Amino acid sequence: MLRLITFRLAHAVPILLIIAVLAFLLMQLLPGDPAVLMAGEGATPQAIQEIRQRLNLDQPLVRQLGTWLLHLAQGDLGSSLQLNQTVVSAVAERLPVSLSLAAISLLITVPAGIMLGVVAAYARDSWLDAVAMAVALIGVSVPTFWIAILSVILFSVTLGWLPSAGYVPLSEGFVPWLLALIQPAIVLALFQIGFLARMTRSAMLDVLDQDFIRTARAKGVVESVVLWKHAFRNTLIAVLTVVGYIFSLLIGGSVIVEQVFALPGVGRLVVQAVLTRDYPLVQGTLLLFGFIFVLINIATDILYLIVDPRVRYD
Amino acid sequence: MTDAALDFATDPPTWRHRAWKMAIRLFRHRSFRIGFGITLLLVVVATFGPLLVKTDPTAMQMRFRFRPPSERFLMGTDGFGRDVFSRFIYGAQLSLWIGLWVAVLSGIAGTFFGVLSGYVRAIDSLVMRVMDALLAFPPILLAIGVNAALGPQVHSVIIALSVSYIPRTARIVRASALVVRELDYVQAAKISGASGLRIVWRHILPNSIGPLLVQLTFVFAYAILAEAALSFLGIGPPPPTPSWGNIIAEGRDYAVEAWWIMLFPGIGISLAALGMNLLGDGLRDVLDPRLKIEG
Repeated sequence: MLRLITFRLAHAVPILLIIAVLAFLLMQLLPGDPAVLMAGEGATPQAIQEIRQRLNLDQPLVRQLGTWLLHLAQGDLGSSLQLNQTVVSAVAERLPVSLSLAAISLLITVPAGIMLGVVAAYARDSWLDAVAMAVALIGVSVPTFWIAILSVILFSVTLGWLPSAGYVPLSEGFVPWLLALIQPAIVLALFQIGFLARMTRSAMLDVLDQDFIRTARAKGVVESVVLWKHAFRNTLIAVLTVVGYIFSLLIGGSVIVEQVFALPGVGRLVVQAVLTRDYPLVQGTLLLFGFIFVLINIATDILYLIVDPRVRYD
Repeated sequence: MTDAALDFATDPPTWRHRAWKMAIRLFRHRSFRIGFGITLLLVVVATFGPLLVKTDPTAMQMRFRFRPPSERFLMGTDGFGRDVFSRFIYGAQLSLWIGLWVAVLSGIAGTFFGVLSGYVRAIDSLVMRVMDALLAFPPILLAIGVNAALGPQVHSVIIALSVSYIPRTARIVRASALVVRELDYVQAAKISGASGLRIVWRHILPNSIGPLLVQLTFVFAYAILAEAALSFLGIGPPPPTPSWGNIIAEGRDYAVEAWWIMLFPGIGISLAALGMNLLGDGLRDVLDPRLKIEG
């Protein structure tokens, strides 16, 4: 186990490095002089010069990259131009909101998506399969932000059951926190549920066609045991891979959902940063998300080992 | 699949015959039929709609603000008195246009990197590590970042989304390339002196086309959803260019009183994504030999 973790971490180092370089290069894509762009219209030459010096834009490219990586190694992702905050503290401040949203959403997605997929595969080609897959298909086809607005109209404006916007920290109580987040979390989960259900169904169909399932049934194993213990356990690797990817989808989707429900999370921060041309903040946040995703992938790989003892990394 | 590729190399008429048979099998598939119908409808609307709709999608007629759907304004008017139907039609064109370009560009670039890393083993690990790194950014966030750097324009949306979908496409092509290059007949071609390019063109590409096509159909669907989301966030094609996403964003504040502004573009996006997803499902079932168990 320890060897595996070391191996995976070592494997991740070059990827992390490439992510850092890619995030650095993103800023270089800016057409024209980035300092002029960031200073905005009507900025004084001094202001532009100040930004240029602050971001080392007057240095040669290779040197800039070196400084960027060196700072990164020290946990310094730079500072926001607008917020008077470092990127790390700006993200840290908003991370609890996004994490709460992602956690609730994931807790809804995983059981719902798996149930839908397993039921559809088990009742293959029946009306139940058709209904389950139609639901999943709608989930992956309807735009999240549109459903979010419709949902607010129904549950907040018309019925008045749930708040339409805003965040309540967990420290102010579990119920208010959950009430504030349940609607955005469900809206956010819809796409992922559809995605997971479709993947689970096709993974289950592959397994259900195999000989050992017929053997299990022939020797009289109860159907529910065949389904969950024999079949589903063998799809866990595929399902886990999808769940890892779903986390990435969740982060992407939270950008949109946070915007509609006015949740002060990291996604909203990125959008604000783009709209105010706060490029260091965009760059730093993207980099952090990239790193988080790599770590999640490592966690998934370790879970593979627990789920399926046949998996070995050499 | 392998047979089809062989015939492609030696005997074109048979290949055409197989393509015909493949088309028949596709149209027997219900998902494919429905998806094809929806997509065809939208393509017709997007292509010929602008020729038939006489109203300028950006023309503001303040006298006609917030008119509900009627004979004159099929989908009503928005807060500037613009014809939502006309905006819907032009939005459809933009959405499909962006989806198509993203699918084509990420397909070409993904195939290039996939073949490169699957066939030229020396640089495989470098190319794949870069792809892994790109894969680590959630697509919509990467698109936001690239778009922020390139500025809010239609072509930057296309580039941004294409970049986000290259790694997945490259992985799929690489996987096919890795299998095909080990097949006996490919080894034989190699030994008899076929050049690398010839092997790639004649054997690896024809064998990757099935999975690639399936993937690109789904990329098309994702691109439509992602473009709409970017436009909604205000990071898409700049207003007043009508895009389904920014029509919804503009109609959002009047979602209760003037529901028609955001209702129709939302249906449009859903239908477009649904159509492409169904097409992809059909293609996958028919082209993927692994799933042909049902016959």
